[in-house]
Amino acid sequence: MATPTPVAPASVYREEVGLGIWEHRGKVAVAGMGHSPTNRRWDGKPETSMGAYAILAIRNAMEDAGVSPDQVDGLIVVRAGTTGDAWAPRPIPEDFAQTYAHTDNIEDGLTTLSVEWLLQNMPELTNVSCVMHTRSDCMSNAVVLTAQIVGDGLAKCCLVVKGWANPEGRYGHGGANALAVAPGASQWTMPFGMVSGIPGTAFGFEQYCRRYNTSHDRVAPFVVNQRRNGLLFPEGFYAQHEPYQLTVDDYLQTRWISKPMSLHDCDRPIQTAGAYLFTTAERARDMKQRPVYILGHSSQRWTNRSSIQTLDEIEASTDLMARKTYEASGLTAKDIDVFNPYDGYALFTQYYLEAFQWHGVRRGEAHDFYGDDIRVEGPHPFSSSGGNNGNGRTRFWMHTDCIQQLRGQAGARQIRLKAETAISGGPTPGGADWTVWSSSPD
Amino acid sequence: MPKPVPVPDELSKPFWDAVNEQRLVVQHCAACDRRQYPPERVCTECRSGDRLEWIPTSGRARIIGYTVMHDSRVRLLQADQPFNIAVVALEEDPAIRFFSHLPGTPADEVPVGATVEAIFPELSPTQRIHEWQVVR
Ligand SMILES: [Zn+2]
Repeated sequence: MATPTPVAPASVYREEVGLGIWEHRGKVAVAGMGHSPTNRRWDGKPETSMGAYAILAIRNAMEDAGVSPDQVDGLIVVRAGTTGDAWAPRPIPEDFAQTYAHTDNIEDGLTTLSVEWLLQNMPELTNVSCVMHTRSDCMSNAVVLTAQIVGDGLAKCCLVVKGWANPEGRYGHGGANALAVAPGASQWTMPFGMVSGIPGTAFGFEQYCRRYNTSHDRVAPFVVNQRRNGLLFPEGFYAQHEPYQLTVDDYLQTRWISKPMSLHDCDRPIQTAGAYLFTTAERARDMKQRPVYILGHSSQRWTNRSSIQTLDEIEASTDLMARKTYEASGLTAKDIDVFNPYDGYALFTQYYLEAFQWHGVRRGEAHDFYGDDIRVEGPHPFSSSGGNNGNGRTRFWMHTDCIQQLRGQAGARQIRLKAETAISGGPTPGGADWTVWSSSPD
Repeated sequence: MPKPVPVPDELSKPFWDAVNEQRLVVQHCAACDRRQYPPERVCTECRSGDRLEWIPTSGRARIIGYTVMHDSRVRLLQADQPFNIAVVALEEDPAIRFFSHLPGTPADEVPVGATVEAIFPELSPTQRIHEWQVVR
């Protein structure tokens, strides 16, 4: 029996204030990236399963870097592949079972991934010696982990992959939420309907609107621009499947989910996968693509004082994120060309913008900034990825965009200002991981 | 309105027992003189577990914000949509916050800043819940 894949130790995440410049600043680079196609739902075929898409994304990342599979010595995997339902209790589709070797977790390849499943189904990865699962379920967490692993010398050519599954069904509407009882942690929340991130995010945003005398409609230019950027992102869902521009009227007229959060503040779940290949700065220079270096990373885990994160706590937590991220990289707000904070929900993106003070935006000023020219062609090309809202829920478009922008490969999305440094990260104001990218190691 | 009924466990039983007697109590850490809600096995400040006790509250609080739920994932609550989910802060310690549907306050007419007092409607023959009502 093989030893189970370890979960990343807490020590690799840079959570403390005052750690100073990252010890591996400029010594780690991303050399490859790969994506699968996107689909709104899984159609049940083996070749469009999340597992198949993860394999495809990995192969595309190796191809992009010009690396052969036997050169890869590290594999980092985000296990969870859905924010919604598991595949069980549905039986494993027969086609899928016959196409892929399975592990003792029947969800593997369907709604979860694991190092074991990928190595069984990618026999070409013959030299992988460093394997790890992430601590939390986002690519942002995986990216900072991979950067640290390569910096620490545990792997020299390390893949990192995250898949997303979207089987039939409505997220979160079955299971515990369909019951008449509220056990465990849910006894404090479910009787009141404080379930999922939605009402809590809406509450924080309502506090924000009162504190800064602003309103939900003033988020419209941001969400509309997210879709615009998404339509310029060939890897994304909307560019591939629904290539229509969302309008301000669409945004203002859609239904409330939890007022003041409406449907278009929420990202759409999709089926897809993405992978990156990290290596040492030295090796990256001999690979196919122009290296994009990592200048630093940071992580944040906030503990709420009571039942819910209030706006005061959101601002304190996101201030810490910005402080640690800038500290790790040695850069300041005015040094950052590309800024891709998380947007899935659109109603918390302003907290990051204001905390990081990108383009001088301070507390309470984000909605004014949204009303300015934030197009990629303009003077404030904010969130040039289009994010989850512009491309479907993956929580990785923001990283891909940073890499593409710094390589000069963002196509129609390429910002017209210089693109030499970038920050991306997420997901929530309570817990997030941030990475600082640069086209130069210095 | 019908809601999922909380299931008391070893940690929360004193809280729900008090609610059934129409009293609102919270944890208090004697080591750092600090209230705590929801209850935890240890004080989240000093991490000590043996100095936690249950203390009464004033039963009065202030509304600090809200959302109006139109599309809840909680099946039992869906019949009453849209409904308020307010957050109220305890009068004697605003760091302690509770949720409430604000019975008696129409959806989307939440008076932020208003004083509320605890009430204890019956959810089942054996379980009450702590809710909050605007003081008129
Ligand atoms: Zn204490």
